[in-house]
Amino acid sequence: MIDLIAIENNLPALQVVIPLLLAPVAILVSLPFLSWLVALFGSLFCLYSSVSLFFQVSEFGKINYFMGGWLPPYGIEYVIDDASSFMIVVISFMGLLATIYAYTSLKYEISESNQSKVYGMWLLALGGLLGLVTTGDAFNLFVFLEISSLSSVTLVALGSKKDKRALTAAFNYLLIGAVGATFYVIGVGLLYSVTGTLNIADLTVKLSELSGNNAVKAGISFIVIGLMVKAAIYPLHIWLPAAYTFAPSAVAVLLTATATKAALYVLARILFTLLSNADEFTFIILQWVLLPASIIAIFFGTIRAIYENDIKKLLAFSSLSQIGYITIGLSLGTAAGIMASFIHIANHSMMKAALFMGVGTISILSNQRVKLTNLKGLGQTMPITSICLTIVILSLLGLPLTVGFISKVFLLKAVFDHGNWPILFIIVFTSFLAMGYAWKIIEQIWMNEPIDGTVKVYEKPSLYIPMIILACLNIILGIYTYPIVNGSLQASKAIFWKVVS
Amino acid sequence: MIGNNVIAIALISPILVAFFTYIFKNNINIRDSLGFIGALISFYASIHISIIVINGQTPSLILFNLFNDLEFSFKVTPLGSIFGLVCSGLWILASVYSVGYMRGNNEKKQTRFNMFYSLSIFGALCVAWSSNLLLLFIFYEFLTFATYPLVAHKETEQSIKASRLYLGILVGSSLLLFLPAIIWVWYSTGTLNFTSGGILENSFNPEYASILLILFIFGIGKAALMPLHWWLPAAMVAPTPVSALLHAVAVVKAGVFSVLMVCCYIFGIDFLNKTNASFILIWIACFTIIMSSIIAIQKDDLKARLAYSTVSQLSYVILGGLIASQYSIIGSSMHIMMHAVGKITLFFCAGAIYVGAHLTKISQLDGTGKQIPIIYIAFCIGALSIIGIPPMGGSWSKFYLMMGAAQETLIIVIIVLIISSLLNAFYLLEPVFRAFYNLPKEKIEFKVPKLVTIPIVASTGLIILLFFFYSPLLTLSTMVAK
Repeated sequence: MIDLIAIENNLPALQVVIPLLLAPVAILVSLPFLSWLVALFGSLFCLYSSVSLFFQVSEFGKINYFMGGWLPPYGIEYVIDDASSFMIVVISFMGLLATIYAYTSLKYEISESNQSKVYGMWLLALGGLLGLVTTGDAFNLFVFLEISSLSSVTLVALGSKKDKRALTAAFNYLLIGAVGATFYVIGVGLLYSVTGTLNIADLTVKLSELSGNNAVKAGISFIVIGLMVKAAIYPLHIWLPAAYTFAPSAVAVLLTATATKAALYVLARILFTLLSNADEFTFIILQWVLLPASIIAIFFGTIRAIYENDIKKLLAFSSLSQIGYITIGLSLGTAAGIMASFIHIANHSMMKAALFMGVGTISILSNQRVKLTNLKGLGQTMPITSICLTIVILSLLGLPLTVGFISKVFLLKAVFDHGNWPILFIIVFTSFLAMGYAWKIIEQIWMNEPIDGTVKVYEKPSLYIPMIILACLNIILGIYTYPIVNGSLQASKAIFWKVVS
Repeated sequence: MIGNNVIAIALISPILVAFFTYIFKNNINIRDSLGFIGALISFYASIHISIIVINGQTPSLILFNLFNDLEFSFKVTPLGSIFGLVCSGLWILASVYSVGYMRGNNEKKQTRFNMFYSLSIFGALCVAWSSNLLLLFIFYEFLTFATYPLVAHKETEQSIKASRLYLGILVGSSLLLFLPAIIWVWYSTGTLNFTSGGILENSFNPEYASILLILFIFGIGKAALMPLHWWLPAAMVAPTPVSALLHAVAVVKAGVFSVLMVCCYIFGIDFLNKTNASFILIWIACFTIIMSSIIAIQKDDLKARLAYSTVSQLSYVILGGLIASQYSIIGSSMHIMMHAVGKITLFFCAGAIYVGAHLTKISQLDGTGKQIPIIYIAFCIGALSIIGIPPMGGSWSKFYLMMGAAQETLIIVIIVLIISSLLNAFYLLEPVFRAFYNLPKEKIEFKVPKLVTIPIVASTGLIILLFFFYSPLLTLSTMVAK
């Protein structure tokens, strides 16, 4: 008899441990369908645990869970506050949808012998990301960073059945990711050498007494750069376009919806929780590193996307620019800015996941790489996919009544609060530029006749159902904004300690 | 909440029309009659709403909270009720006309056309009745995107290019200028609700008022103030029913309507006068009025000429809002309706000539008057209304606009209005003279469908009716100016 209360009490640990434990199971059952069921169960459990944790937190406040009962600063602590509970809900929800989508799409894109392995890696990545977000221990964070990125490298490499370039993409990802992780761990080491602790809450206290210490500054710089690699912030983004382009469609969905978002969250936590009192240095990082990087990222990503013909690559570059919007919110260094970033983290993961699902579906059903010209007349051959894609693209453009608009309004409002006029106009100007790449897709889909006559393609429900869910959410949450806006508001309050104290 | 049912009915019916158009896509007759039914229902509801407004109450429909302090709700201002009447009323005529036109021309993809046509009306009605500026912006953008498939309808290279320009200018201006302006107001006043008397009075630094006003007026690209007028002539590649209802009535009027809402309910007439924020913009509006008339004279393409005439007339409304005296606001509010009725008649006629014999150029019209006299008489009456000659409806609005300019002793504006009337007379009456007085170069056969002629006759009648029965409109307009 399983003790339900014990499960309830240990959810912070279980939501990480269960997917990690299920990973070898998924590989061992070695039948693709069974492995998929295991993965589905794992992600369902993650969703259940994260939602119930979310409600626990919003009702009773922050949860500190001590692994094995060892108290910090010696034991490992898991912290579920408003921010991390918001993130685990986003990650596990997107993970579930990606898992549903994965079964059919992977069947087409990966050889059968590899499929069970995929689900093992899949669960590892999911568990790693959830751990990354919830852990309150700087070194434990490094472990999860490695778990999630190594498993995602493997997932990317599996795209090699369709296109051998997936291997170089994965290799790039591996090398650059390893450098990033190393930077992170060097930074943690430096901080440990000065403070003698690895617990983040404890570090915060100790660091506040050490402002101006050069070792601390060096450590923080290493950590920030390491995380910037993982989050694909501009000059350190080079692994991202190729990885997203050549990975199997479902993997691209998982990565874009969860992996970079988790890294961004960790970056925000390091910047605003860990450094809450080392003001001047934080300011330098925000103003002179993060802000220019994100502005360049926005321009670079948008302009590259405008001139890109391969749709997956186009979406990857667009991701780059959207990450720029998220980091602009962070770089403002105000609670409103962080709130805008959280809103966009959630919204962008919904949009991009749906877009990659749509493009993946097209490439699976038409059995070729999706170039711009392949989209001609898609509105007639694949109406469901086309409608979903159109809705999500409109959302990406920030059209009112979609979630994209909410992101834009709150980001602009945060910039206004901050009083930084040039950034305001950069944001509105680039979101206008974004029409350049988004609209050519819509024109191709709707304003052209199909190349080889009007042949309706059978669209598989298992491919389009998650996409429809996301497209609907893009509209519903864009009109009924309370869940995301309020969730982000609470999250920004939890992260931004300056407001509280 | 008074009148919440009627607002709901008026808004839902175009959506249902779009939905059932898709359902009945294979049964052409049912599909094409849906628009007419929906328009009748919407118009009936709009009349009901206007009566409530005239009685001094505010019909409202509150749905839910959009953000913390902003409601997703509809509240009908007097100005909104005028615009709602215009949109839904002329939709009746246009729905009949578009069936005749589209069938007469054998256009493709009529289902898509009908769906987005009614969705655009939905957008325009929502713009009319929004209770706050953000909601207005939301549906303003919705309207842009809902009309995109209509502009690009022919799917030729030319129409795709034109629709890119259309989207580019409208979305670009609204993103770059309109949205920042809204957020600026939101940031400095903490609210965006339309309040009579304005919301800026005590919380906005008057020194920046003129910058804010410029952001608003140019941000509302649909109002087609020069130099942001390019999209309107470009949008003329759309089928004529679109040009008639949307680019003479719903879309452009949504633009000038938003301008008036900003002037009356965000800035407030007093604040505008006190800060003198509109000084430069008045000149730009005057320039637009004269300049676009001059361009219109040079255009040989009938629809392009009408488009430039629209640009000029839209600036009348903007001008009235910017002058911000009691009479000029009355004139502007009336002009929204008067110009809409006049211009839709002109476009209907242009479309009828195109359906009848595929003529688009004015120089081709020589001597065609005897074959379709009704069309040309209607064109003449529409033109006279726009020029502002009694007994056509358009004379009232021009009269009040001039009164408004006189009230503020802006003699230049009066002169501009007079010159513009003369230019109007010159270029709008030319097709009529050519048709009746010039000799035909070659024999041209006209086949105008009945479904095209009937709405033309009806709207012509409406022009004359509006001259005699203008008092409800005047009552509503006076309420705007209070």
